[in-house]
Amino acid sequence: MRAEMASGASSATSVELGRSPLAHHFDDLEQQFEASTLGMWVFLITEVMFFGGLFASYAVYRSLYPEGFAVASRRLDYLLGAFNTAVLICSSLTMALAVRSAQLGQSRALRLFLAVTMALGLVFLGVKVVEYSHKIHEHLVPGPSFRFEGPHARAAQLFFSLYFAMTGLHALHMVVGIGILAVLWILAWRGRFSPQYYTPVEVAGLYWHFVDIVWIYLFPLLYLISRT
Amino acid sequence: MAHSPIVPQRVYWLVFITLLLLTLVTVDVAFYDFGWLNIYLALALATTKALLVVLYFMHLKYSSRLIWGFVGAALFWFLLLVGLTGADIFTREWVPDPPGWGANGSGP
Amino acid sequence: MSTPLVELPRTSRVNYLNVSYGIRSWLFTTDHKRIALLYLASVTLFFFLGGFFAVLIRLELMTPQGDLVQSETYNRLFTMHGVIMIFFFLIPAIPAVLGNFLVPLMIGARDLAFPRLNLLSWYIYTLGGLFTLAATVFGGVDTGWTFYTPYSSTYSNSNVMLTAVGIFITGFSSILTGLNFLVTIHKMRAPGMTWFRLPLFIWAHYATSIIMILGTPVVAIAILLVGLERLFHIGIFDPKLGGDPLLFQHLFWFYSHPAVYIMILPAMGVINELITCFSRRRIFGYSFIAFSSIAIAVLGFLVWGHHMFTSGQSIYAGMVFSVLTMLVAIPSAVKVFNWTATLYKGSVSYQAPMLYALGFIGLFTIGGLTGIFLATLAVDVHVHDTYFVVAHFHYIMVGGTIMAYLGGLHYWWPKMTGKIYPEGWARFAALVIFVGFNLTFFPQFILGYLGMPRRYHVYPEEFQVLNVMSSAGASILGVGYLIPMIYFIWSLRYGPKAPENPWGAKGLEWLVPSPPPPHNFDVTPVVTGEPYDYTPESEEAHAR
Repeated sequence: MRAEMASGASSATSVELGRSPLAHHFDDLEQQFEASTLGMWVFLITEVMFFGGLFASYAVYRSLYPEGFAVASRRLDYLLGAFNTAVLICSSLTMALAVRSAQLGQSRALRLFLAVTMALGLVFLGVKVVEYSHKIHEHLVPGPSFRFEGPHARAAQLFFSLYFAMTGLHALHMVVGIGILAVLWILAWRGRFSPQYYTPVEVAGLYWHFVDIVWIYLFPLLYLISRT
Repeated sequence: MAHSPIVPQRVYWLVFITLLLLTLVTVDVAFYDFGWLNIYLALALATTKALLVVLYFMHLKYSSRLIWGFVGAALFWFLLLVGLTGADIFTREWVPDPPGWGANGSGP
Repeated sequence: MSTPLVELPRTSRVNYLNVSYGIRSWLFTTDHKRIALLYLASVTLFFFLGGFFAVLIRLELMTPQGDLVQSETYNRLFTMHGVIMIFFFLIPAIPAVLGNFLVPLMIGARDLAFPRLNLLSWYIYTLGGLFTLAATVFGGVDTGWTFYTPYSSTYSNSNVMLTAVGIFITGFSSILTGLNFLVTIHKMRAPGMTWFRLPLFIWAHYATSIIMILGTPVVAIAILLVGLERLFHIGIFDPKLGGDPLLFQHLFWFYSHPAVYIMILPAMGVINELITCFSRRRIFGYSFIAFSSIAIAVLGFLVWGHHMFTSGQSIYAGMVFSVLTMLVAIPSAVKVFNWTATLYKGSVSYQAPMLYALGFIGLFTIGGLTGIFLATLAVDVHVHDTYFVVAHFHYIMVGGTIMAYLGGLHYWWPKMTGKIYPEGWARFAALVIFVGFNLTFFPQFILGYLGMPRRYHVYPEEFQVLNVMSSAGASILGVGYLIPMIYFIWSLRYGPKAPENPWGAKGLEWLVPSPPPPHNFDVTPVVTGEPYDYTPESEEAHAR
């Protein structure tokens, strides 16, 4: 009686329990997939607002101090920024292809594309480390050690405060993303995904592309304010 | 069909190449001075790229109206945050100084 | 609503409480009902902690001199009171306790969409709470719960970092709860449960979730930036660098004003259920109430500048914010009128939950109307930062949210625990709370209008009489809150067994046994009718 009550809750619809990817409280995999993707989109909305606070601050200060921001922006290496943009766009392509491989049940291709995506993410972070160390050397980190010649020193410090906050937070999201992809790679290696069940890959893809979009805005706003 | 449709590889590659080209354009326009248009041009290019990513890589084009709604809400609320904050910041200076105020640099 | 449910002998029934035992079965549970109880325990703890600080504040204000604590200590007292009550009690109270328990039950789902995220949200809440407790133990914070820069980012010597980390972390528990509700309400409704058959409690939680999702991240980033400014001296709000401290206030209030609606919307959701059940009437104007919840959630994001009328904000922005603020009165009034219209010609019975609901309507109306005074630009300049403001928001938060929370807790207590609480004591407690509340906070309206500023521990002697009244009321209120605490715990052991539907109420949650089985519904219910179907025919059917 007791066992029957505990497990037989929805015996009419649930596939066999245990290793089935269907959680007990969903009716079918379709409902589960829809819920998961909607959940990720909703999460990304919170991310939009999270970065949104920073972008709003940027908008305010850039319009208050247009020249200071332009001068400070020229201290960033736009070639490295452009290179990193290309790296992230490549990684978005490989991520999209990874999802496609999962949809088609091509496990080897899925693992390959996940690995390439992770590698590109690491390249991005490596370039970021190089850039950060340059800024530290040039005393462009806000705080007591900040040095900036010329009349726009204070606005430049505001610019670099925003630069580090925005790119730092973005880099943190990259680190998390690489971690998620690593987990996915292991799951894929264990053969957890199939054309019927690839929800985690799809959902992780949404996250990865979102992080790419943030960078698509950060690059021109930070590196390319005025190069004339 | 609730699962996302399988998008042909060709589409992904096309989007990818467009994104790279747009990045080149983004870099290039920064070397010309269009005055106040600079920022809007940069934002328009970035938004085009973001749209491509959202529509194709993130499968929004093939998603339900519900998800379109949520994405629209995110955009709307972000503009709300910037817009109403700006409504304060950019109208502060509109107030004329009271007579005798700020004559010798004591004003804000 | 007709629902085929298998009849089973009630005694041998497995429910969510007795399905497994031991501390591990609670700490690793993914059952939304158990998580609701975990939240119940934690928010109660924080409620009494925040209340303890309130006691000290009221004790200090008994006399015009600062004889109990020093001004620095007093600053910390009101800050900790605000931080704990707002972030750790009022915001999670109804959504995380009642909402968690009821959202799946009311829509006919077996659980929330993401049960593990739900458990995670409780752990995140607890972790954030531990940081705040640590901050309390190490001496507290003195910035006010609003953390205004540059005081919080540069000058304050109190535990700003610990508290900021605590609030930042706790924000994510609120985000996860909102996310879970949104997805659950969209994707997990039982067959036949269309949008306009949803209980209004669900609409209210949907609206609340929208605010949690869209607002909380902004306060998170604002707090994060304050933290970065303190730690690494990056200067985003630093006026010495040309930064704008008001920018912090914009980011802060973008969330923290709508946060008021995180507190009041679920409370309004509770009131819909109580009013209909205890006046045995269908809700008047269902769709108006449903959409007014959404309207409040959306309009709530357009009005934050009314907290900044005297801050140096542009007067043009002030005027816009003032007008927009008044608009919020419309959907709020729609609700109040519809509740009164529901009561009209109803067969009203005055059980304890109904007493709280009636108290809510009166107190919320006073709190809401005084909100319009404050929304008026010119009047606000006079009463800004006085006890008038303090009284106003306590009428909304204590008179509104806590009244509804207690009413809801009484109403669903038999469902949650399977036990009946002593009705006489409950009515008595509701009365004590109502009297104590008004005695505490009504004098503060007068104090504020006469010009007594908030956040000072000394005041001119002419204000003493009113302050003593307020402190006396606070002690009555405190006793009023202890009584339910005692008889609720008593009822767990000695209370009579609760039937499936002790109130004869409508709604899916009343069709399952009390306490509900682990997966809520043995057979997925099929909904065929509207909610609040208290028609004479269905009443007769119930009587049989």
